Amino acid sequence: MTDPDTRPTKQIRFYQAGSFAVGNRLLSPDERTVQARTERSNTLTSGHRACQGCGEALGARYALDAAMRATDGQLIATNATGCLEVFSTPYPESSWQMPWIHSLFGNAPAVATGVAAALKAKGRTDVRVVGQGGDGGTLDIGFACLSGMFERNDDVLFICYDNEAYMNTGVQRSGATPPAARTSTTKPVGEEPGNVFGQGKNAPLIAMAHEIPYVATATVAELRDLEEKVTRAMAIRGARYLHVFVPCPLGWGAASHDTIRLARLVKETGLFPVFEARDGEVTEVSKIRRRVPVEEYLVLQRRYAHLFKPKRNEAVLTRLQEMADRNIRRYGLLPEGGEAAGLPGDAGAAAGLEEVRAAVAGEAAVRPTPGPGLLRTIAGAPRGLR
Amino acid sequence: MLEQLEGSQAVARTVALCRPEVICAYPISPQTHIVEALSDIVRSGELAPCEFINVESEFAAMSVAIGASATGARAYTATASQGLLYMAEALYNASGLGLPIVMTIANRAIGAPINIWNDHSDSMSQRDSGWIQLYAETNQEAADLHVQAFRLAEEVSLPVMVCMDGFILTHAVERIDLPRAEQVDAFLPSFEPRQVLDPAEPVSIGAMVGPEAFMEVRYLAHAKQMQALDLIPQIADEFEAAFGRASGGLLRRYRSDDAETIVVALGSVLGTIEDVVDELREQGMSIGAVGLKAFRPFPLEEVRAALGHAKRVVVLEKALAVGIGGIVSANVRLALSGIQLHGSTVVAGLGGRPITAASLHGLFTRAAADELGPLEFLDLDWDSVEQELRRMRESTRSGPHAENMLRDVGTVASRSH
Amino acid sequence: MHAGMFEVRLHGRGGQGVVTAAELLSVAAFLEGRHAQAFPTFGSERTGAPVTAFCRIDDEEIRVREPVSEPDAVIVQDPTLLHQVDVFGGLRPDGYVLINSSRSIDELGLAELAERVCRERMVTVPATEIARELLGRPMPNAALLGGLAALSGLITLDSVAAAIRGRFPGATGEGNVAAARRAHDEVAREREAPARA
Repeated sequence: MTDPDTRPTKQIRFYQAGSFAVGNRLLSPDERTVQARTERSNTLTSGHRACQGCGEALGARYALDAAMRATDGQLIATNATGCLEVFSTPYPESSWQMPWIHSLFGNAPAVATGVAAALKAKGRTDVRVVGQGGDGGTLDIGFACLSGMFERNDDVLFICYDNEAYMNTGVQRSGATPPAARTSTTKPVGEEPGNVFGQGKNAPLIAMAHEIPYVATATVAELRDLEEKVTRAMAIRGARYLHVFVPCPLGWGAASHDTIRLARLVKETGLFPVFEARDGEVTEVSKIRRRVPVEEYLVLQRRYAHLFKPKRNEAVLTRLQEMADRNIRRYGLLPEGGEAAGLPGDAGAAAGLEEVRAAVAGEAAVRPTPGPGLLRTIAGAPRGLR
Repeated sequence: MLEQLEGSQAVARTVALCRPEVICAYPISPQTHIVEALSDIVRSGELAPCEFINVESEFAAMSVAIGASATGARAYTATASQGLLYMAEALYNASGLGLPIVMTIANRAIGAPINIWNDHSDSMSQRDSGWIQLYAETNQEAADLHVQAFRLAEEVSLPVMVCMDGFILTHAVERIDLPRAEQVDAFLPSFEPRQVLDPAEPVSIGAMVGPEAFMEVRYLAHAKQMQALDLIPQIADEFEAAFGRASGGLLRRYRSDDAETIVVALGSVLGTIEDVVDELREQGMSIGAVGLKAFRPFPLEEVRAALGHAKRVVVLEKALAVGIGGIVSANVRLALSGIQLHGSTVVAGLGGRPITAASLHGLFTRAAADELGPLEFLDLDWDSVEQELRRMRESTRSGPHAENMLRDVGTVASRSH
Repeated sequence: MHAGMFEVRLHGRGGQGVVTAAELLSVAAFLEGRHAQAFPTFGSERTGAPVTAFCRIDDEEIRVREPVSEPDAVIVQDPTLLHQVDVFGGLRPDGYVLINSSRSIDELGLAELAERVCRERMVTVPATEIARELLGRPMPNAALLGGLAALSGLITLDSVAAAIRGRFPGATGEGNVAAARRAHDEVAREREAPARA
């Protein structure tokens, strides 16, 4: 199997002409995703008690099956208290088909450090460690432990499944809750409806500030991308962080069949930049394929309903759009030469296709030369059509 | 091998001989010398394989130990006071999961007011956490107890804290007989975990347990501590046979078998108590002492047997349950249920106030004359307390207690007017 | 307390090696096959703050754990403490006093104290100057231990030297040993023929 690190970034045409459908049924078996393989680990196997449409269950399954494949099943997981821990281990059952430990809410990264240290002391360097938790456990109560793990460069991949609130305890606001969102502790009453426009806590950027070997963001809408990032991460030793956007139908007031759609839209609006970073610098950005205004994303979720009824809150909607615009500028989320207009197969997409052909022709992914500032390297980043 | 060395060094060297595989440490006075010494021992390669991890908080320290222990590694950490409180959640987690972690507590007072000196409030505050608690009287015993602690923890699958008085023991230089590596290896087999995170045999550790089974799982922790009541003396006997000296056990009697007055205490103050007992015995008083070595599990039967015949029992403790009184004495009283005798709690030495032989001499003399009330405070400056209470009565903005009282004592410069 | 116990209290300032002095004294006693217990009082550790350390020596196991309140010997490493801290509090009537100073007992204003205790057992020795000369640093603790050996006979100079060498290898150790020896000899001379005020 070729080293995923040096393969050209794109070989495969995903999109069927004339549609946005994505599928790889035409792929040779050895290029299938882990999920498409019959021999996948099913690490988080069926029988767990997640809600219908749970993005976290999906994300965890994708990530851990990929990690198990990458490590030949030599993997141990630590898990913070939260939805994933609760729905995966309802007494007296467990849906984990891997060694798994849940300790406390705020210490999953530290427990992972301990597991990794024990393995090292025992000379079991073949066994790897994944720590995981929700946004509350990772960004709020577990933040000190996360930072400590980063600072020591402990050999742990920590995955945050971000559904933007303390879901398991009843949808309370967390440090990851986006502005204007309704939660049970940020109801749309008073002067600032929903969550305030605060400073935010950009975990991927904070992880990058620790200059750890690998940081990446992903969503459950792009299975292959998520799997590749996990695989790439497992090929690296040291502290690694993966931030996965996982919609929560119940907490967001969204339809359970909209989970993948919401994950795709959050990227396509620019609200959630999808990228990779090495040693503190962004190395790869996943471009927006078809840009959409933030409203298209917001209207699908009742947690934003107060922005539209009884009347539109133009000021807040504008601010949210500005946030998306800023991300697009900062991270360079749009392909050069503007967005691909319309569907693949059109003139606009043909330009994109040229890029793909060039990539396939053998241009290896080029690491941009480090420059001042975190995000200025994006200019030289290879263009991927994802 | 006899050496003259600091208590902390003795503990560090002995812990190293126990071959921990993961040591995670966060600094706090007065434990620092222990973890610094262990850091050197690991760095020099003298202790290998061992991972020494500088963690970002005590909460992280216990969490790292949990992860390591669950992966089958012998894990060790040390803390005191505020640090122990900071890891309180993790303490319950470790004991609830049955992980045989060993931790040194360099006993220190808990603030506010902040105080770095010795008393037992830290370990006492965690007496119900499910951890086994052992108390050392001397630095020799402190070192020895760690060897016994690993053995005990791993046999009974419960974590153990070894308590030694901060500064009084940790920073005292005295004669220690350090065990040899072969002796420790023979006494302490390698860690065979009861549960382990291993890809070869996956298990889920730490699942939620509902009302259907929580009581049973919780009772198991208690059952294991009951087992420890038998194991602790057994291990102490084996230790004596292997190392040639008495160390540990549940309690130690000092001239108490025929004593009318018995003083009960834990930790280093027992040394001073024993000196005073000897003096008073020479003067004809019928007095003895009982030193508790194990506080959890609490040896109810052994305490009853040791104290039941006395006329009066004085429990001298370095802790205070604010709002009610003694902590140790409440446990001792339980052991003496149904037995009529005169009991007194004496709270002493809080925040490092020295407990002098002279004060104890006076205290025990009063005790023998049945002059002690149910709750006494040794060497308390009542005038200072009265003054502060008066200040509080006279003004709502009376100011911080600590600053006011320190000003009375002369430690703080007078306010400029 | 056991009748044969000898208790020493050392006063100095942070950075002068008071704690080390107490420890080395205990090691010297250990090397002579005796029991010894050394410990400091603790405040925030900062250079210049008054520091007190204790050492108990006995032929039997030492069980007591309180600070030394009735010392058999007081060592004052820093004479600026003399009128600032109650360095002689509790000193036994037959106790020893050793002060780091080039001035005499009378010049230090301690004539009154000398009446309370044994005048012959009070000695000053210029430990800082000796250390500066033989060690190259104004660290008086080793010299004072040598002086204590001569003054009280509590431990021998050889034990002090061995304790020093055990803690400080190489040139540092030798320098300290030399300082201890010099102070020892000066104190021994002083005791044979005490200087008049």
